[in-house]
Amino acid sequence: MIHQTSLMAIAIFLFFASTVIGISFYLGRKAKSASGYFAAGGGIHWAVNGVAFAGDYLSAASFLGICGMIAFFGYDGFLYSIGYLAGWIVALFIIAEPLKRMGRFTFADALDSKFNSRGIKLAAAISTLVVSCFYLIPQMVGAGALVQPLLGFPHYVGVIIVGLIVTLIVTTAGMVSTTWVQFIKGGLLVILCTIITIMLLVRGISTAPTDANGKASYIAKRGVTTVELQSMGTVVEPDGAWIGKKDPVTGDMKPAPYVRIKNAAGVVSVWRKDVVKFKDGNPDVTTFSETQATYTVNGKKNVNGLPRGKGEGEADLKPVGYLSKLPNGEKETGSQTPWGFLSTMQKSEAILWANEKIKDAAGVETTVYYQKPTLGSDFMTPGSSPTFKKVREEKFFGKLDFLSLMLALFCGTASLPHILIRYYTVKDQASARKSTVVGIGVIGLFYVLTLFLGLGAMTSGALDVSDSNMSAPLLARSMSEFLFAVISAVAFTTVLGTVSGLIMAASGAVAHDLASNVFKFKLDDFQKVKVAKMAAVCVGILAIGLGILFSKMNVNFLVGWAFNIAASANLPALVMLLFWKRTTKQGITAAITVGMISSLAWILLSAQAYKDVYGWDPATAIVPFSQPAIVTIPLGFLVLVLVSLFTPKPKDLAAVEKAS
Amino acid sequence: MAGLDFKGSGEREKEDAGVVAHNTKLGVWLFLVYVLVYGGFIALAAFRPDVMKQPLILGINVAVVYGFTLIVSALAIALVYMKTCRK
Repeated sequence: MIHQTSLMAIAIFLFFASTVIGISFYLGRKAKSASGYFAAGGGIHWAVNGVAFAGDYLSAASFLGICGMIAFFGYDGFLYSIGYLAGWIVALFIIAEPLKRMGRFTFADALDSKFNSRGIKLAAAISTLVVSCFYLIPQMVGAGALVQPLLGFPHYVGVIIVGLIVTLIVTTAGMVSTTWVQFIKGGLLVILCTIITIMLLVRGISTAPTDANGKASYIAKRGVTTVELQSMGTVVEPDGAWIGKKDPVTGDMKPAPYVRIKNAAGVVSVWRKDVVKFKDGNPDVTTFSETQATYTVNGKKNVNGLPRGKGEGEADLKPVGYLSKLPNGEKETGSQTPWGFLSTMQKSEAILWANEKIKDAAGVETTVYYQKPTLGSDFMTPGSSPTFKKVREEKFFGKLDFLSLMLALFCGTASLPHILIRYYTVKDQASARKSTVVGIGVIGLFYVLTLFLGLGAMTSGALDVSDSNMSAPLLARSMSEFLFAVISAVAFTTVLGTVSGLIMAASGAVAHDLASNVFKFKLDDFQKVKVAKMAAVCVGILAIGLGILFSKMNVNFLVGWAFNIAASANLPALVMLLFWKRTTKQGITAAITVGMISSLAWILLSAQAYKDVYGWDPATAIVPFSQPAIVTIPLGFLVLVLVSLFTPKPKDLAAVEKAS
Repeated sequence: MAGLDFKGSGEREKEDAGVVAHNTKLGVWLFLVYVLVYGGFIALAAFRPDVMKQPLILGINVAVVYGFTLIVSALAIALVYMKTCRK
């Protein structure tokens, strides 16, 4: 879909960006020491740190990805909300206080506090860098994807703008300015989402939604009879996959459920065949529903048989998404309570859109977006999306992907390096505790709102069938242009907050863990900050490169990977260090290394990587499911226990502490 | 712009071993309680999808009510922890 560039969005974004850069420069003059740069001198107020947690954590994937998934498939997107929030319980009860007690600047500090081992520092620093980079890619890709429709620049320009601004923020004042960016962004995001949710409930739901100017939204045709279809033009003879596809299991030819009609002007439209079967013996009834189809010929994109564009003789994808049936045959609900809204959704029928790619005999691939009427009782329960559909199957094996992802989300949060370093910015354990509780409150409120925002977008008549990430901003546009501009600017700022946290974590790992502790460079405070700033610039450039390189990859999927790797590499080491006295330094080093390599290898050999990264047949993938956590987290624990048992016991702890 | 920058004492806090042990134990127990609630949700979603469909309160189904409960109870249990931790 072609989105109109919003000058207001550009202006608001420039205002946000210049404010945070201004604050960074102001604070930069004061953050000269290593403690000031890496941990804001340990003097950040717990309430500010709590909101900054939210700013750090609520990445572009959380905001755009989850809302988009709910808007397109329903409840399944909310499963991510639940998992992402539950992870904070691990952080609060298991990790926060010991980490604060044992470490100084980085999470390698804490892991190594009892041992002083170069192996641990090296493994922990590499794992920090790997996880940070994996988490950086989706943020940068997300930034580019946002800037394209919202601000009107090409993808790579978005990636470069974010990379430059963030590197500037991080190198000027380190953790202090990073904290303020995250505080402002976290606060704004939650306040705005609350406002949109209230407006949504006041507006209510209608079976004929209108846009911000009161103009009726497009309603795609359904129930068109064969006679009506024939009157529109002539049927195009099917060729290639338009004839049908072979069933991979039975080998039978399955006819394609589409008819192409060429009208008098020579424009071809695609219609999908819907067959209604009656149980009482009446003959089946076949009707046709309108689709939206895109294909590219000679580098030119075409939509619904016409060149893509907004002008005369051109066409663009139309905005979609509405409830075709409300309970009791109502046409609109009027203002609703939050629970009334959810209960209405469950009893309604929504027109969701799915897509299918079809190649003709000449090799031209058409993407057909088709209507999929879905009952609320279906999309308001788990398993309605392609990601989680196997959860509804009888076979246990199919459910493993779901179980593994929920485990990775639960265990991953407390293992993310950019979240962990935030514990060093407050003064003591009580503050670490309090800021986590504030973080849980703010993040929890946001995740509750995601369900309303996603379902609101599903019914707003404003969705872009080709881009689920745009759902939340488009919901705002269906209410007011100003709201759209603000939410777009905040979404862009969202990327700034998370990316600056990640670059901070990575630069700390390079300067503090690698340079001073592993390679034993003698650095004073000033030099350490200098090395960290140089590392931040390098990581910033790397992030820009990766963001451009991976521009076609699915954002949500990459975030899932980062959680899997973080949980597999870091969690076993963190937990066992705290709760098992027999843990040895060799055990920790081995657990981090094996957890990181095994989860990374599993991901690269999974069906999803085969399909999305290499473009190979996913059926030939070596590993049986895509999310490794359910195998690699226990593997990390096992390796740690075995290696620890086969290596000498750690010295008496009291003696070590006395010596230090 | 005063008040934007932070000054920390830079000193490590002194801690009492008894307090640390009490808080750690409390944290682990509360964690286990939440694991049970979270595990129950995952188990229902994976093995009893029919139960998830049933309306529970105000016409809202088990899946949505349980999901919100998980979010709200995370905050509730965190507040309990904060109040009962020793300093």
